Amino acid sequence: MNQEETKQINQDRILSEGIERELYDFRDEETDAQFYRMKEGLTEEIVREISEMKHDPEWMLEFRLKSLALYDQIKMPDWGPSIDGLNMDNIAAYVRSRSDMKGSWDEVPEDIKNAFEKLGIPQAERESLAGVGAQYDSELVYHSVREDVAKQGVVYTDMESALTGEYEQMVKDHFMKLVPPTDHKFAALHGAVWSGGSFVYVPKGVKVEIPLQSYFRLNAKGAGQFEHTLIIVDEGADLHFIEGCSAPKYNIANLHAGCVELYVRKNARLRYSTIENWSRNMYNLNTKRAIVEEGGVIEWVSGSFGSHESYLYPTSVLKGEGSHAEFTGVTFAGAGQNLDTGAKMIHIGKNTSSFIDTKSISKGGGISTYRSSVEIRKSAEGSKASVNCGSLMLDSISRSDTIPAVDVRTDKADVGHEAKIGRISDDAVFYLMSRGIPESEARAMIVSGFASPVSKELPLEYAAEMNNLIKMEMEGG
Amino acid sequence: MAEKLVEIENISAGIEEGQILDGVSLQIGPGQTHVLMGPNGAGKSTLGNVLMGNPVYRVSGGRILFDGQDITELGADKRAQLGMFMSFQNPLEVPGLSLEEFIRNAIRQKTGKPIKIFQFKKQLAEAMELLGMDESYAGRDLNVGFSGGEKKKAEILQLLMLRPKFAILDETDSGLDVDAVRTVSKGIEEYQKREEGSLLIITHSTRILESLHVDHAHIIVKGRLVASGGEELVAKVNEEGFEAFS
Repeated sequence: MNQEETKQINQDRILSEGIERELYDFRDEETDAQFYRMKEGLTEEIVREISEMKHDPEWMLEFRLKSLALYDQIKMPDWGPSIDGLNMDNIAAYVRSRSDMKGSWDEVPEDIKNAFEKLGIPQAERESLAGVGAQYDSELVYHSVREDVAKQGVVYTDMESALTGEYEQMVKDHFMKLVPPTDHKFAALHGAVWSGGSFVYVPKGVKVEIPLQSYFRLNAKGAGQFEHTLIIVDEGADLHFIEGCSAPKYNIANLHAGCVELYVRKNARLRYSTIENWSRNMYNLNTKRAIVEEGGVIEWVSGSFGSHESYLYPTSVLKGEGSHAEFTGVTFAGAGQNLDTGAKMIHIGKNTSSFIDTKSISKGGGISTYRSSVEIRKSAEGSKASVNCGSLMLDSISRSDTIPAVDVRTDKADVGHEAKIGRISDDAVFYLMSRGIPESEARAMIVSGFASPVSKELPLEYAAEMNNLIKMEMEGG
Repeated sequence: MAEKLVEIENISAGIEEGQILDGVSLQIGPGQTHVLMGPNGAGKSTLGNVLMGNPVYRVSGGRILFDGQDITELGADKRAQLGMFMSFQNPLEVPGLSLEEFIRNAIRQKTGKPIKIFQFKKQLAEAMELLGMDESYAGRDLNVGFSGGEKKKAEILQLLMLRPKFAILDETDSGLDVDAVRTVSKGIEEYQKREEGSLLIITHSTRILESLHVDHAHIIVKGRLVASGGEELVAKVNEEGFEAFS
């Protein structure tokens, strides 16, 4: 069977399969016997306890305490969706399984294994991934990398191992250097209580042919997840990293304040893809940033579907001459969701280029805000930037805003911007229905089509997952 | 099979702002080709849309039977699944959905069965060749950036692929040059021949009828059918226009 036929069959399968909402919504009770749960709130005592449990080196404890002090000083953001519903006194910053991280899937505790198996995680690894990390609540429960990839010198491990092992210095040199705890309140929070996440190092000139993937599952109720992802792609190397996240729904707030730091060296290329499907009680206050050296390329592909509220603006710092960044994203805000998403491009080097293409969809009273910033510094002569954002509102009670900021400090730059806001066309729905396609399916097809610039950029399984999520959102109230 | 495939019984319909159709009755038998002509604004397209179940139009009286079943309240998707089809006057553009993918989905909805891809591709390629469509159109986003002629060809392509029992062709010839009309007619002929399908051809000109066999013609003026007859009616319109009927 050729590739196109396989693709066809997969698409057919996806379109014909019923939607299983419980695919993401199942939850498992966590008992004291199986799980250790830090008491709720945020105090120096709690931060010290986390640090001790994680066997931090001394400098990390200091780093955490400094971050905590910053957290207490920095004000809440006052420019985006309201986060009044989030009270740190009700959030457990650290929850872990009493079982240690495993390198073999069979050894992972049964309930956790089942949870990931329902999400198709190990299956995906066997089929199409170079390595997999699976985080459950605050810690990784599983990490593995394919032997042939490890032989190329690629390091893919959990942050804790990296911090205490032979890569400690490398971690120390890069950890929260791109996103310092002074950046904003939740960066400070992250610095204080971070736990879990992955460390990736791709040596010079190594091209990793198939993606690495980390999956984050926050199962605990009233808890926070603060994973740290640190990726260094050395000169001329090439990597595709995928992260997925989900959580079951609870009636009290959960918090995700992860941090992603990406270092793309000279002539290296990194693609960072995310499918985020947090439950509707999640405050997703995530910070992602990449710095790109001469001739390097960062490509962000981002699908945001979940959470109650999101603040998410992956940032690319184009430092080196001729470096390039692309951001392709789709955001879907349904009932009760206020998703404030976009991207940030900072052009520093000469002849740098950036390209933003986003689609936001809102439905059922959901609010979707596209917020971006393109900054071209004086040094960035000969740079080019293009922003293209489209919004689609599916009914008259939903809202869509576009807030694109552009700041250009040199005459020798070329910046383009195009924004489109529209409603789903009843005529188009009727058109598809006149061919025998039911109304909900017709709407889903139009929305999937609208979002296709993103799904086209994803590996097949993830594109399928994304289309599935769209279909689910379209059918849900 | 019912003796009459489509039975329009005293249909009145309109939009919020007012009534457009005023008690229209019309019957179409299996395999028959009917032509509906009339001046602009007479209600031709409204009748087509009401037949197909466009929710923009509200039916205020009468009923529609298809194959003996009352479909007046059915949604467009259900009507299509029963074997109805409409070629749109202004086909809609759907970015991100390819023509091929769209047709495949529609066929699957209709048959409820997975599609044999090889066979589907072959049929699609043949139908496209008949219509003189470049094969690259299959992978292009549905109607996006298509010329007027290509859009109409794509409609007829869907007609050939979906194989309905009854098709409404709403101004399929409008805005087409002579060659395109000829090509589109060829596709319609193929449908008449191969599927023995019924047709309601809505037009305000007669160009598309030159090469097609017509069983019955109807003239609509101000929402009412004012004349029905055979092919001679078409000739009369050609000579005298619609003036004679008002």
